[in-house]
Amino acid sequence: MDWKIDNDICIKCGGCVSVCPFGALELKDNVLLNEELCNLCGICEKACPVSAIEVEK
Amino acid sequence: MIDVIIIGAGPAGSSCAKRLAENGFSVKIYDRREELGVPVRCGEGLSETTEKLIGKIPDNCISQRTKGARVYAPNGKYLEAVLEYGGFVLNRRVFDKWLAEQAVKVGAEIQKNTLITDFIKEDGYYKGVKGEGFEEKAKMIVCATGAESALRKALNIFSKLNLIDSCLQYKMSGIDIDSDFIHIYVGNEIAPRGYIWVFPKGKDKANVGAGIIPGKRNAKYYLDKFVNDHQELKKGKIDLVEGGCVPVGGLLENMVDNGLLICGEAAHHVNPIHGGGIKEAIISGQLAADVIIECLKKGDVSKKALSKFNDLWWERRGKHLKRVEKLREVIEKLSDKDLNDLAEALRPEDIIEFSRGAKLSVLAKALMRKPSLIKLAKHLL
Repeated sequence: MDWKIDNDICIKCGGCVSVCPFGALELKDNVLLNEELCNLCGICEKACPVSAIEVEK
Repeated sequence: MIDVIIIGAGPAGSSCAKRLAENGFSVKIYDRREELGVPVRCGEGLSETTEKLIGKIPDNCISQRTKGARVYAPNGKYLEAVLEYGGFVLNRRVFDKWLAEQAVKVGAEIQKNTLITDFIKEDGYYKGVKGEGFEEKAKMIVCATGAESALRKALNIFSKLNLIDSCLQYKMSGIDIDSDFIHIYVGNEIAPRGYIWVFPKGKDKANVGAGIIPGKRNAKYYLDKFVNDHQELKKGKIDLVEGGCVPVGGLLENMVDNGLLICGEAAHHVNPIHGGGIKEAIISGQLAADVIIECLKKGDVSKKALSKFNDLWWERRGKHLKRVEKLREVIEKLSDKDLNDLAEALRPEDIIEFSRGAKLSVLAKALMRKPSLIKLAKHLL
């Protein structure tokens, strides 16, 4: 399981939270991942407007 | 126990709250933000017709009044659509607060800085909300959180989302633009399956953004490229970076459950072609209130009773937005050459008609004027 976010690049817009099909992400001060719900589908990686997320299956 | 808890004090939540409170129902809105309207995740453009829904928008909510829109084809030629009443570029920081105040004035309560993390569910009914260290019950819950809330998993909405616009926006100053118009740039190289917007906010300021369907490159790539290619923007300064993803595909057949209704962007109530959501949110919040009022009066907030919202919303907005979705599908298939031809074939009044929700046949007729576009026109009929 490998889901990474670069918090220096992330602009905290919450776009990834909007698109996650599993409700696995939440935006607090940073974007937080609920590993139990994450399916590593990679939609958040694609949707991020600044490419701050990296997902490896 | 209060009548209705609304989660989210954006345009949907505040419009819903105002109408409920006006009708004598007790309403409490929870919002996670310290300051309503911040951060902005929006291009802030709005058509004048919204005032028919919420009354006159005060001047301090408006950053810029515009005459209309200029839509630029890939070759740089533009169509100018002058609207009868013009349009606005809002200051959402002020607008959202004003809209919420309208609800408070008639009796709604707002509690900011409070993140709702879960629902209270009993006997198959949504009965309240949970946050950090507290719970509150109500007869009815409205979820108006916008798209970026994990709460939406309650209705399994995520699985319905099938198209998103990934957006990045720079708030720029020191630029040189014609502030009488909003400017829209289309083209497969410029913003694949989306567009670039320049929405003026005063003489030398604008929201400059890119919205694309995610592909090989991100929104930032296209936005930076656009700014670099335009001297009038390049000379300016980026004061703020904003972003977000807009649900532009996946309208929901069902938006209610026992004791729960979902509206606004949380329910994907967004115009699928331009991604605008303020007006849709207001309409959906008001419709939600109408249905809730009726249900609370009858003492029945079952899924069956609330499903009147589904019927009303689909009748008033859904059908139209479905047509717009179809239009989007056609436009997305266009090559840059097609787009250039289209810009020549269309007349300004066509653009105004589409933005108002003209039938696809009107567009088809316009396309017929250009031989190269006849094939496309047939797709629409």
